[in-house]
Amino acid sequence: MEKTIGEIRMENRNRVVARWLLGLLLLVLFILPWTLGTYVTWTASNILILALYAAGFNILFGYSGLLSFGQAGFYAIGAYVCAKILLGTSFLLLGFLGGVLAAGLAALIIGFLCTRHTQIYFAMLTLSFGMMIHSIIWKWRDVTGGDDGLVNVPRAPLAIPGLFSIDVSSVESYYYVVLVIVALGIFLLWRMVNSPLGLALQGIRDSEQRVAFSGLSIQKFRLIAFAISGMYAGMAGSLMVPLLKSADPGMAHWTASAEPLMATLLGGIYNFAGPMVGAFILYVAKELIARYTEYWSMVLGFTVVVLVLGFRGGVVSVLQGLLFRRTGTVSKRGVDA
Amino acid sequence: MDFQSLVYQGLIGLSLSMYLWLVAAGLTIAFGILRVLNFAHGSLYMLGAYFAFTLYYSLKLNFWLSMVLAAGLVGIVGLILERFLFRRIYPLEEAYQLILTFGIVLILSDTVKMIWGGVFMIPPMPNIFVGTVNILGRPFPVYNLFVICAGLAVTGLIWLLLERGWWGKTVRATASDREMASALGINTPVLFTTVFILAAVVAGLGGALSIPVRVVAPGVGTAIIVQAFVVTVIGGLGNLKGAFLGALIVGLANAYGILLFPTIELFLIYLLMALVLLVRPKGLLGG
Repeated sequence: MEKTIGEIRMENRNRVVARWLLGLLLLVLFILPWTLGTYVTWTASNILILALYAAGFNILFGYSGLLSFGQAGFYAIGAYVCAKILLGTSFLLLGFLGGVLAAGLAALIIGFLCTRHTQIYFAMLTLSFGMMIHSIIWKWRDVTGGDDGLVNVPRAPLAIPGLFSIDVSSVESYYYVVLVIVALGIFLLWRMVNSPLGLALQGIRDSEQRVAFSGLSIQKFRLIAFAISGMYAGMAGSLMVPLLKSADPGMAHWTASAEPLMATLLGGIYNFAGPMVGAFILYVAKELIARYTEYWSMVLGFTVVVLVLGFRGGVVSVLQGLLFRRTGTVSKRGVDA
Repeated sequence: MDFQSLVYQGLIGLSLSMYLWLVAAGLTIAFGILRVLNFAHGSLYMLGAYFAFTLYYSLKLNFWLSMVLAAGLVGIVGLILERFLFRRIYPLEEAYQLILTFGIVLILSDTVKMIWGGVFMIPPMPNIFVGTVNILGRPFPVYNLFVICAGLAVTGLIWLLLERGWWGKTVRATASDREMASALGINTPVLFTTVFILAAVVAGLGGALSIPVRVVAPGVGTAIIVQAFVVTVIGGLGNLKGAFLGALIVGLANAYGILLFPTIELFLIYLLMALVLLVRPKGLLGG
C-alpha cells in the first residue's frame, strides 16, 4: 500500500522524537556517575544489566513467541564461569567472553531439546533444564562452592596484555564498562531484530505454517533465537559478577527467571524498547517498595495479575500513544502534523 | 548392594513417588480439562502442608481429621482461585496463563511467610505412626508404608471418580470436546470449578501427608512443582497414566540415586528427562 504524504511526515516526526529521546538518554547515562553519586550509579548499573538481560529474553518471548522459564540457568552459567575466570586470572574481558560463550553453548545444547516444542511444553522444559543447571551448581561444591556460592571475586582491570590496562575497581568506573557493553549489546540486538533473521522469527511467531511453506527451517530459527537469548542472559550474568563481587546458586533458581519476564511484561512485549523501560520500572519499584515492606514478591505477584488481566500491552504502548502519533489512524483526518 | 537394601530403598522411593504423583495428578487433571498449566499447583501442596501443620500440631486435632480438613481447606482456596482468577484467563494466550499462575505463586508464598513466618519446620512424627515394620529383616518406618497405601487409595478414588459415574463421564466428554459438551447441556463453567477443586484437594492432601517426613517451608511449593513438571514431561503431558508412571520413575530414580550416586542424585532425574525427550519427544505415554 502506498503511503500518503501525511503518513510519511508522521513517520519522520516520530523518528526525530525517537532520536532526541535516545540522545538525551545517552547523555544522562554518560554524566550520571559524576553528578548523582555512588548509590545512583550502583542502581543504574543494575538496571542496565537487567535491561540487557530482558532485551535478550524478549528475542525469545516477544519476537519468537516462546516463553522461557529457564533464563536464570544461562544467567547463572555466565556468572559462575566469569567468576571462576576472574578468581583464576585477572582479565575482565576474558571473564565476559568465557561467560557468554559458556552460556551460549549450554543454550545450544538445551535449546536443541526444547525448541522441538512450543507453548506450555516449551515453558515446562526450559524451567526443568534451568533447574538442572541449578542442581549442578548446588551440588558441585568443589567447583561452584555449593550453597555458599563464589565470593571475593575481584573487579579485575580492563586490560589486553601488552596493549593497555585500565583500573575499574570503583563502582563509578565499572559503571562505564557496563554502559559500553550494554549499549553495544542492545545496538547489536536492534540490528538483529531488523535483519532478515528478526523478520523470520516474527514470521514464525505469527504464522508458523507460512514460514515453513516459504522454505525456512522453523526449528533452526528457533534454536538461533534460543542461543542468542541464552548468550545475552550469560552476558548479563557475567556483568553482574564483578559488580556484586560474588555469585550464588539463587541466581539459577527458576523463580529468578521471572526477573526478565516481569521487566518485559511491565514494559511491553511487542516493542523493542519495552523490556528496557520495564527493567527500569521493575528495579526502581523494587527498591522503593522494599523500603516499606519485606513482602515485595506479594506486591510483584499482584502487579502480575493486574498486568495480565488488564494491561497486556505494557507501559511502553501507553507511552507510545502519548509521545508518538499513530501512522495508521491519521489518514482519514489528513495532514495535521 | 544386597537385595535387602534394594527393596528398602525401593520402598522409600515409592513413598516419594506418591507425593509427586498427588501433585502431578492434580496438575494433569486440571490441564486436561481446563487446558491451563498451573504453576501455582505446587503452592497448593505447600498450603496443604501448612494447614495440616496448624490443625494437627497447633490445634491438636485428630490426625485423620487434620488431613481431611487440610485437603478440604485447600479445595476452598482452589474454588476461590478458579472463580476469581482462572476463569478470566481461559480465553488468553497460553503464555499469559502461565504468567498469571506464576503471579499466584508469588502471592501465596508471601502469604504463607506472613502467617507462619519464613522458617523451616520439621514437625515430629505423630504418635500413632511412631515405629517400624520389619521387611526382609530390616526395620522400615511405618509412616512411609502408610503414605504408599494412602497414595494408592487416592489413586483408586480418582479412578472411580473419573471412570465410573456421571461426573467422570461429563468430565471426559468435556475434555474431548468442550463445545459439544456444553451444547449437550453440560454446565461447563461449574464443571471447570469442580475439576479445579478436585485437583487442589489432591495436591493439598499430598502436602498434608508430607509434614511428618518432609520439611514445611515456603519454598516447598516451588520445589515440588519442578519435580512434578519433570514427572509429567517423562510420562507425557496431559496423560494421567503417564503421570503415574513418571512419578514412579522419578521417585525410584531419586531413591536409588541417593544410594548409588549421592553427588549427582538431583541431576539424575533431569538427565532421565533429557534422555526420554531425545527418544520420545512427547513423553513415554504421550500421543
